[in-house]
Amino acid sequence: MELCSFLTLDSFITDPLTHDFMRKALLMSSLVAAVCGFLSSYLTLKGWALMGDAVSHSVMPGVVVAYALGLPFSLGAFIFGVGSVALIGFIKQKSRVKEDTVIGLVFTGFFALGIVLVSKIKSNIDLHSILFGSPLGISLSDVKQTIFISLLVVILLSIFRKDLMLYCFDPRHAKTVGINVFFLHYLLLTCLSLAAVVGLQSVGIILVVAMLITPGATAYLLTDKFDNMTVISVLSAIISSLIGIYVSFWFDLETGGSIVLAQTFIFLFAFLFAPRYGIFKLKKLFAGYK
Amino acid sequence: METINYQNFRIEAENICVDYNGKVALYDANLRLKPGQICGLVGMNGAGKTTFFNALTGFVNISKGKIRINGESVRSAQKDQTIAYVPQNEGIDSQFPISVWDVVMMGRYGSMNIFRSPRESDVQAVKDAIERVDLTDHLSTPIGNLSGGQRKRTFLARAIAQRASILLLDEPFSGVDIRTEKLISELFIEFKNEGKTILLSTHDMIHVREFCDLVLLINKTVVAYGETSEVFTPENITTTFGGISPDFLFGPES
Repeated sequence: MELCSFLTLDSFITDPLTHDFMRKALLMSSLVAAVCGFLSSYLTLKGWALMGDAVSHSVMPGVVVAYALGLPFSLGAFIFGVGSVALIGFIKQKSRVKEDTVIGLVFTGFFALGIVLVSKIKSNIDLHSILFGSPLGISLSDVKQTIFISLLVVILLSIFRKDLMLYCFDPRHAKTVGINVFFLHYLLLTCLSLAAVVGLQSVGIILVVAMLITPGATAYLLTDKFDNMTVISVLSAIISSLIGIYVSFWFDLETGGSIVLAQTFIFLFAFLFAPRYGIFKLKKLFAGYK
Repeated sequence: METINYQNFRIEAENICVDYNGKVALYDANLRLKPGQICGLVGMNGAGKTTFFNALTGFVNISKGKIRINGESVRSAQKDQTIAYVPQNEGIDSQFPISVWDVVMMGRYGSMNIFRSPRESDVQAVKDAIERVDLTDHLSTPIGNLSGGQRKRTFLARAIAQRASILLLDEPFSGVDIRTEKLISELFIEFKNEGKTILLSTHDMIHVREFCDLVLLINKTVVAYGETSEVFTPENITTTFGGISPDFLFGPES
């Protein structure tokens, strides 16, 4: 480790930027963080954390099959992501098993299928990079794909921002005033699958769910306004990505894990010191000085 | 302002059935309501009150029967913003990060463009509606910081802003303070005079006597329907509530 480089904050930040792979990693991870952070506010409010977990794990066999067939892996991931949700809905409707149980059994089944497929299909798929992400080894075609998908999701979420908020808040009212609830449901699921695909690259399948849950939860503790919640969620996701990548560079740590840990620390900070909803309510502490 | 023909039916439900995966929630239910009528929907928990509302709003599909709203399908009633639904306080997430203003504005979404950007007329409708429920001091208050009564009034304002001609209210009087109860009952009289049609579910027998011209007693199907004075009898109520005597329901004084 080059500890001498730590002497100035300036070099702490600029040194990594001299490497091409670091510039790419920072850019890609920020983009992914923005997408997941945006979506995260909806998932948090809709109570879809477990659904995020399910979809992100279920894309695994899709990725493997797509690689084997030479298709873009986002396509395979997308089909299996949405497929898993449809299957969850079907089993729930046709059996007496409770929803959380169905979600748990479907996504672990899909995930296991993915792992088995990896071991059977002889290819150059690196299981480790799927599971834990490889933001430092992103190829050019991956960069293009990530940018395309991220933009698509951000545009969709921006257009239907208010409808999705209403759908999360009061779907019955949405239906009553003629808004297409079925469409919004699948729009949110589609965005979730796509976000899982891009998130997979930076933090991997296992930790991508953190990207989809933690920023929203952090923002939820910090504000009572929906728009602010989205902004805070996106910012906290981007900041933790940057922190995670720098820390992993300087201390030679696993990048995906570092990013998620940074998010977790930001959440803990909000949990303890959020002005209204934190344990130590900062507002009250400051009020003493006025 | 369109003229109201008081002879045409606002709501016509004929022999409607609703089942959830083969489990019957409501069968052979009928209801006909005209403009300016207030009808109480009375039944036990699980008797199909919410299902009835859901069928009228199109939130669930009916498996049999026919529903006409202003002579047209439920689908076109949705497009025309004809029906407003005021949920039970328990039916909404009070911790959702949203202000009174934003909730009431949701009443206008159905008639806005795809981005839901409010026009001047939408802003005015929201302002007026909030004023009518006396919440002007709480425009930007998050709904989590409101009392139960204020929250109920917020959703009433949403229905007013929507300019719906039919109001469906799920337990409008449960968990509200005296002031809100008084305000709601005054609004009911105003709504009635404006020719709106109101269907409200309630557990409180006194409210039925006080506000409702008509009463619909249900227990998976219609037990009795008609003028409150004729239909709201101890015998019918006993049947509706599965044999529990009205003494118990009304308290000792009745």
